[in-house]
Amino acid sequence: MNARIRLPQRTESPWVRRALIGAALAFMLLFLVLPLAAVFTEALRKGWAAYWEALKEPDAWSAIRLTLITAAIAVPLNLVFGIAAAWAVAKYEFRGKSFLTTLIDLPFSVSPVVAGLVYVLVFGAQGWLGPWLAEHDIKIVFAVPGIILATLFVTFPFIARELIPLMQAQGNEEEQAAQVLGASGWQTFWYVTLPNIKWGLIYGVILCNARAMGEFGAVSVVSGHIRGQTNTMPLHVEILYNEYQSVAAFAVASLLALLAIVTLVVKSAVEWRHEREMKALAELPPEPTHAAGAPGGLSASALASATTWPSSPRPPQMSPTPHGALS
Amino acid sequence: MSASASLASSVASPSGTPATPPQRPTARRARRARSSARRVLPGFGLTLGYTVFYLSLIVLIPLSALLFKTFTLTWPEFWEAVTAPRVMASYRLTFGASFLAALTNVVFGLLVAWVLVRYQFPGKKVVDALVDLPFALPTAVAGIALTAVLAGNGWIGQYLEPLGIQIAFTPAGVVVALIFIGLPFVVRTVQPVLEDAEKELEEAAMCLGATRWQTFTRVIFPTIAPALLTGFAMAFARGMGEYGSVIFIAGNMPMISEITPLIIIGKLEQYDYAGATAVATVMLGISFLLLLVINGLQTWQRKRSGALS
Repeated sequence: MNARIRLPQRTESPWVRRALIGAALAFMLLFLVLPLAAVFTEALRKGWAAYWEALKEPDAWSAIRLTLITAAIAVPLNLVFGIAAAWAVAKYEFRGKSFLTTLIDLPFSVSPVVAGLVYVLVFGAQGWLGPWLAEHDIKIVFAVPGIILATLFVTFPFIARELIPLMQAQGNEEEQAAQVLGASGWQTFWYVTLPNIKWGLIYGVILCNARAMGEFGAVSVVSGHIRGQTNTMPLHVEILYNEYQSVAAFAVASLLALLAIVTLVVKSAVEWRHEREMKALAELPPEPTHAAGAPGGLSASALASATTWPSSPRPPQMSPTPHGALS
Repeated sequence: MSASASLASSVASPSGTPATPPQRPTARRARRARSSARRVLPGFGLTLGYTVFYLSLIVLIPLSALLFKTFTLTWPEFWEAVTAPRVMASYRLTFGASFLAALTNVVFGLLVAWVLVRYQFPGKKVVDALVDLPFALPTAVAGIALTAVLAGNGWIGQYLEPLGIQIAFTPAGVVVALIFIGLPFVVRTVQPVLEDAEKELEEAAMCLGATRWQTFTRVIFPTIAPALLTGFAMAFARGMGEYGSVIFIAGNMPMISEITPLIIIGKLEQYDYAGATAVATVMLGISFLLLLVINGLQTWQRKRSGALS
């Protein structure tokens, strides 16, 4: 062979690399891009006029309205819960904490159909509260409240799950500093915690919203499928599809697909934004940042570690959770 | 009280003087004494109380309704409901399809994660964002879209039909739908581990004369194996419960392509609440089991990566 010494490979040879990239892209194309493209192609199969016609239908409108109402109620409720749960889990130590986080995760692993079923068992005619509800003429299952409850269940962990690791990684120092400086609980949360978690919060909210608007299994069990009344968009898609109104079904589905695309765009934007902020923070020299950093949180943290822990030899920038929190 | 103690522990422990040995009770008492003089974050009672209240209201009480309903059944009734031939066939399909789909996702999920972490190519950011599509796309839309692509006249189906391969409306369709649903679980679990993997180890292997393939199987693979297994378990768990995307493509023939969640829906539609509850309890039991397995795997993974770095 030739006299040149062959260096061992640092990475794969170019053709292996190209083959791997090609295989990955082909897989993505086949399983993700084609179905997404199919939604829009099928929706526009008979042209724009037929597409608009399908979307203008009153039943489609009421499905869109119900979906928006459901998300508008479910997302804020789970947002409040997510913040409360993340505050309790991330800021304090208490017995049974890991058990609590497991329970918060539980709705992720319960089948949506089972999630719907449990509400039928509680509120249905034969359920626990069924007779009482019938007496007072309150309809929950096979009506809008049931749909909202089922949506709450399936989207339950989204925001909490996003915030807990984030707040654990950030630790308590800045909040304690704010406390020492005399801020009230709400002020601490509003001016110190919220600016720190805002990207994670947005991220959680958009994922929660996408699931709330798109949930099918759980909602299907509790909805009763009354056209124009208890049909959400995904359920409306199913009805149209089963009636062989392909264009109409895909037209409504295309709105949901657009929602998914918007969700992905916002999610990516949030990620890039967050990365850039992190990079900017890392690049700044450590000491002057505290003075130069815009919100009071950072400077407060330096001050607090100087005032409250005089014996501590620890530099103020050190993160209290070095490991494991961001899994 | 416990809140203040633990709070103090989380901030004070790193600065604990070397003179005090890590005897837990003593240390805790000392911290508590010190913390009482200090202000702590407010809101523990409020946030934990609200968390437990809301969790009970939305998740725990409704789920317990399922168990109570099951206890009203006698054992033979329960056993008959959950082991009827049609139900058994649905378990086999749901298990088998979830397993095959999760396995496929391990292979291709690793490939996608590898390509995204290690290589540069145009459009990489778009591909990275697209991985999450199955999280964002409503399952019903995924179901009808996959059916449209794979049906006899679809973009892919038209090439498979002459070969005698039918995917839509067969158990194979169930597997395809579950591959779609499960992909992001594997990619998003493996990706961060691959990013954190130490290049030095690979370079060391290379210096010691290992081929690239040996480096992968002996050095890289053991590092990412726990993450891969976690991703597999998550994709599998999700597949077990999946309903929306599957029912459109499965064809839903009893004994052949009927998944377990559909059995529950079918029983509900016939007002067989007891039967639906029995099958749902079995599914809930499996979800619990998988949740425990996933939690265990994640702990293992964390320890593993902690030990390595």
